[in-house]
This record gives sequence, C-alpha cells and structure tokens, in this order.
Amino acid sequence: MTDRLVQLEQLTVRFGDRPVVDHVNLTVNRGDILTIIGPNGAGKTTLIKTILGIQRATSGKVLLTPGLVIGYVPQHLSLEATLPLSVKRFMMLSGRSASECEAALQRTGVAHLLEASVHHLSGGETQRLLLARALVRQPDLLVLDEPAQGVDINGQAALYDLIRELRDELHCGVIMISHDLHLVMAATDKVICLNQHICCSGHPADVSHDPAFIETFGNQVAESLAVYHHHHNHKHNLHGDVVNGNEPHGACDHEHH
Amino acid sequence: MNIIDQLLGDFFWRALLGGFGVALVAGPLGCFVVWRRLAYFGDTLAHSALLGIALSFLISIPLNLGVIITCLLIAIALVLLSRTRALATDTLLGILAHSALAIGLVTLSFMPDIRVDLTGLLFGDLLAMTRQDLLWIFGGAAVVLGLLTVLWRQLLMSTIHEELARVEGIPVERLRLALMLMFALVIAVAMKIVGVLLITALLIIPAATARRLAKTPEHMLMLAIVFGFIAVSGGLTLSWHLDTPAGPSVVVTAFLAFLLVYSTARNVSN
Repeated sequence: MTDRLVQLEQLTVRFGDRPVVDHVNLTVNRGDILTIIGPNGAGKTTLIKTILGIQRATSGKVLLTPGLVIGYVPQHLSLEATLPLSVKRFMMLSGRSASECEAALQRTGVAHLLEASVHHLSGGETQRLLLARALVRQPDLLVLDEPAQGVDINGQAALYDLIRELRDELHCGVIMISHDLHLVMAATDKVICLNQHICCSGHPADVSHDPAFIETFGNQVAESLAVYHHHHNHKHNLHGDVVNGNEPHGACDHEHH
Repeated sequence: MNIIDQLLGDFFWRALLGGFGVALVAGPLGCFVVWRRLAYFGDTLAHSALLGIALSFLISIPLNLGVIITCLLIAIALVLLSRTRALATDTLLGILAHSALAIGLVTLSFMPDIRVDLTGLLFGDLLAMTRQDLLWIFGGAAVVLGLLTVLWRQLLMSTIHEELARVEGIPVERLRLALMLMFALVIAVAMKIVGVLLITALLIIPAATARRLAKTPEHMLMLAIVFGFIAVSGGLTLSWHLDTPAGPSVVVTAFLAFLLVYSTARNVSN
C-alpha cells in the first residue's frame, strides 16, 4: 500500500445554498497526525464525515487508497438506555476474536471494564472504549471526532499521548477534530484551521503565528499560543463568511508581510 | 397425528398455537422497536394494515399479502418523506397513521356486499384463526427468524451506532429495508391475534418488561419472547373463559406482567 491514505481534491459540501465545506484540498499520509481546528459550524465534522463516506460530497473528490481500513471514533456513543450492552459485547460486535478485543481494551487502558455495562462508563472511559473499538480493526487510518470531549484535563493529555503512541505502533494516519488547542499543538504534526475553506495550515508552531488563525480564534487564544500579528487579507464575520476581502478569495492565499 | 389433528380441530388451541407463533416474532421485533424508538412508527404501519385489507378486497388478493404489501409501501414512503424533513417525524407519522386507518375504514364502508368483522380486525378475533392462518403465521415467523439470525450482528451494530456501522462497511440502508419487511410480516400475522389497534402494545410491552431483567441484547430478546408467550396464553385463556375481546385481553395480561416485573424485580440489568 502506498503512503498516501487520503486525498481530497476541491471537496465541497453544500447544505442547500450554504457551503459547509468549501473547496478543500488536503492529503493525509501514513504516519501523519492531522488535526482540524476551527470555530463552531466551521464544517469540521462534515469534512470528516465526507472522508468517512457518511456524508456525500456536492462536488470535488475524496480519494481513498483502495482497501483502506478506517477506525472511526465518533463524538458520542449515545446508546438507548433500553439496550443492555456490556463493554465486551460491544467490542465483540466488531467481529474480531475475544483475545483481540481484550488486547485492544488493554492497550487503551480499560481492560478492567470488560464486563461493565456501557451505560455506566464515564466520559473518559467511553472515549477509551471507542478508541479500542476503532483499534481492534487494525486501521490504516484513525479518524477521531473530538476524542477528548467529556474527559478531564489530565485525561486529555494522556489521551492525546495515547493517540500518538498508537500512530507509531500501527503506523497509521490520524485525522482528528479538536478544540483543545494547547494539547493539540503539542500532539500533532499538521494543523488545518477550517472555516468552511482552509484558512491556514501547516505545522502547529507556524499556524499559531498565522494571521488567519488569530482572526479565527481571537487574540486571546492566539496570544496564549504565540504573539505574532501581521497583515491578513481577509476577515471573517460572526457567521464565518469572508468580509472585507481585498482581493477575490480563491485558494486562501494569505499575504504575509 | 391424531392428537395434532384434534388439537388443530379445536379453535382455542389453534388460536393459542397462532399466538405462540406471533409471540415468537413479536419479541425480537419488539426489542428493535424499543431500541430504535420505533413505537410510533410501528403504530403507523399497524394502522395502515386496515387500508391493506380494504385494498385486498378491492383487487381480490389474499388479505395477508395485501397487508404486507401495503405496510411495506407505507414504510418506504415514511422513510423517503422523513428524509425531506418538511415535517417533524412524529407529525408525519401521526398524519399517515390516522389517515391510513381512516381511508381503510372509509373504503371498507363502500363495499357493503363484503362482510367484514370490523371489531375482529381492530381488536383481534380468537375464533377467526383458521389452519391457513396458522400456515401464514409460522411461515412468516420462519422468514423473520431466519432474517434475524443472518443479519443479527449487523442489525445490532447499526442500531447501536449507525455511523460507526456505516464506516465499518455495514449496509445500513439495506438493513433498514429488511427491518421494514420484517415489520410488515409481523403486523400481517399479529393482526389476527390482537387486531391492528393493539399490535404495537404486543411489540413494546414484552420487550420493555424483558429489559428490566436482561443482561445482553440476546437475553432481552429471549425474555421478550417468553413474556409474549405469557401474554398470549393468559390473554386467550381470559378471552375464552370470560368472553372478552382477544386483543385487549392479551395486552392486559402483558401489562400485568410488566407491572409485576417492574414492581418486584430489582434492577440487575446491564
């Protein structure tokens, strides 16, 4: 299998007239950790759902390496209270053997919960269970939608460490959505800042210096990561639309002075 | 053979046997109704069964077949309409459920030369169970149980997390269609015992009762079948001795079992 796992070409998703994902190009290779950040409603979840094949693209292409196995860690496991389900049973629904399931739970640190009810898990335990569920499939690509949601601060750092370790062990690619900027910056190779279109992208240190990043997240967040203001050729209003563009807004070519 | 023949010659035993056949499929399907929150959806399909009966008379096809086809068509229409999101799903279901029932009743009233036992259709009829009905019930049950066995893991996975199932390559939409087909079959066969108005109760109450005691999905399914058996045998006995309508008697028995379990059993479930 080649090193390139996912390639998006001019990917656009519209809900009605509204572009939710707008002409996005990106590539994820084996071994990459790509983190998608962006304000609420920026199209982050829609973008990964399109990669996962859950959401249909309006135009553009999603190219996946043939035979790609994806491990998906959804944002929630919102299980009906009427459905009795143990951790073990949930893992076994992957179709893998009991020993593989136990090994995956062991790896994410929740093997002791094997017989517990899925309904009685804490936020952190649920995330680790979902991660184990993705892991047991031996994925080439891990896709995580806000994996640290409902996890306390200490747990968050540990979870991102775990994701990085898993990347090394499985030699897989990782795409994740996150709001935990500080932690993400340390744990990731590449960040894209999404606001329908890709505002900016690159290594975490570069992105935190990027004016588009500061525009999107505001000065406070940006200053806490890096203080580096410079000119930016467009602004976003509250809805994330581009306003005051000095030039036609194409492939987001920011001018840096 | 003689004993079986004698039993089948007695309509009480025929009804009981039919009831067991219905409970056998109502239990598992009821679990999916409860897990997927399809109670109102099931109601809509059940009500449209009456429309199916009216249409069967109109175009002279077997009643069961007419009911199955109508239920399937209504189910598919519901799935397509709910995708447009023009109306909230419960509003849509409310419109279709009662419209289908009303159109069925109106259509039947236009056919005075056809004698229909309306009470029997709406509330079930113990005496109406023929040997042919038994064939339909056990044939339908065999199809439903066969499908459930083959599709079990995939159905369960797509019930637990539809998107996760989709990412793992499970054909979620086709499974939904299979589930609709099973619903249509169950409604067509359960109609005889409890009548179109009370089918949903026979689906939901045993499954909900089972939930209290179940540790796994399979466990819940088995228990739902057991509580279905209890409801059917208790209800039909009641109907036989006290001359109460069959469907309501079955549902009352199911409800009593539900009350008993929830008031006495400690919640030990997962």
